[in-house]
Amino acid sequence: MKPIFKRGVPIEIRLFFAVVVAVGMLVADGKFATFQPLRNILTSIVTPIQYLSSLPTYFFTESSQRIRSQEDLLAERDSFIREIMILREKEQRFTTLESENKQLRRLLEAPVRINLPKTVAELLAFDNNPYVQQVVLNKGALNGVYTRQPVIDDKGVVGQIVDVTPTSSRVLFITDISHAIPVRNQRNNTRYILNGSGNINQLSLKFVPHSHDLLVGDILITSGLGGIFPEGYPVAVVEQVVRDESRPFAQVTASPLARLESLRYVLLLGSSGIINSSANPESATPNKLIGTDNE
Amino acid sequence: MPIGVNIYRPDWLLMVLIFWNTILPERVNIGIGFIAGILLDVLLGYSLGLHSLAFAFVLYISSANHQSMKNYSIWQQTIVIGLMTAFYSLLVFWLQHWLTDAYFHFNYFWPIITTMLFWPWVFWLLYRTKQKSML
Repeated sequence: MKPIFKRGVPIEIRLFFAVVVAVGMLVADGKFATFQPLRNILTSIVTPIQYLSSLPTYFFTESSQRIRSQEDLLAERDSFIREIMILREKEQRFTTLESENKQLRRLLEAPVRINLPKTVAELLAFDNNPYVQQVVLNKGALNGVYTRQPVIDDKGVVGQIVDVTPTSSRVLFITDISHAIPVRNQRNNTRYILNGSGNINQLSLKFVPHSHDLLVGDILITSGLGGIFPEGYPVAVVEQVVRDESRPFAQVTASPLARLESLRYVLLLGSSGIINSSANPESATPNKLIGTDNE
Repeated sequence: MPIGVNIYRPDWLLMVLIFWNTILPERVNIGIGFIAGILLDVLLGYSLGLHSLAFAFVLYISSANHQSMKNYSIWQQTIVIGLMTAFYSLLVFWLQHWLTDAYFHFNYFWPIITTMLFWPWVFWLLYRTKQKSML
């Protein structure tokens, strides 16, 4: 019978060291986020593994895309044409409204809103991670992605970038339990903070007084106050308002407008240059404004 | 893989680590578990050290009992694996709760059942690989 450990370190001592190091890292990284630089390096190292593991999914979606009947494609084409017609019509009105809005804002001497640069990214991997709601995108620092960059899809806000490697980046969903986003009610401009619930189709509004005019079906849009998300993008729709007077605040839940569960393509919004580090001191990273030079 | 299947996904890495720990306890033990845990944390975007801690504990238990584990029948092993996965899932949940106030949800514990279901096959597959590489 061979001895269990030839080098003679008992497993209790190994366990002790592992626990001390792991708890130290957990406190440093999880509670204070001191390991961000190390983390970025490690993430870059494991990116190839991520690409490899996303290959089967990629292969299956690609091959199912290839094997499609002509009828399907024609039907899809027709629906796209219809959609484009409707969008073009909307755009005609939008351009006039935009120029009118610009003029009015100039008259009011309010800052004119600038068209933000945008990058399209594709989903690379969806983590099997019940506690943290994140996905990995196929665009990274080389494409001008930076930490805290806002991410949207065609329906609404998806989340923000939390980790960037040269060729991939990680998005934290607005529904993650650690995420909060400043919003306002589209109907009456009341400001709120919208928190993630840890559940992929639910968000909760915190600290809403019972007296507030908030109805089921109200659309919540970004207020632009946090300095991360630009103003005016739809985020969620109010789903339930419970006014229980025995509690200090009303309980309000909302559901995200972005299709987080069936996400495939997203849009990364570049920085406009107006939002600078003074609005948000902890995000004053050197790569803050890299996003301006793409597309 | 559709997102709906995600919650049922078994803990592959845990199974592989426990298997090699049972077969080669002097090679694969807490150290390897720790490194695998860090890699998993980085890949899945958890706080660094979370899975290292959970793997270290599970591999401690499994290396302390690897002799009896070796002699168990496959069904007894499956039950032990289920218990270890449950312990592992609970550890991960507690750590997450401490870090981010994640709340308890029974969906988090589906992997225990799927891991148990997959264990005999994984064991057989890995055992065959091992036999082939030893030849």
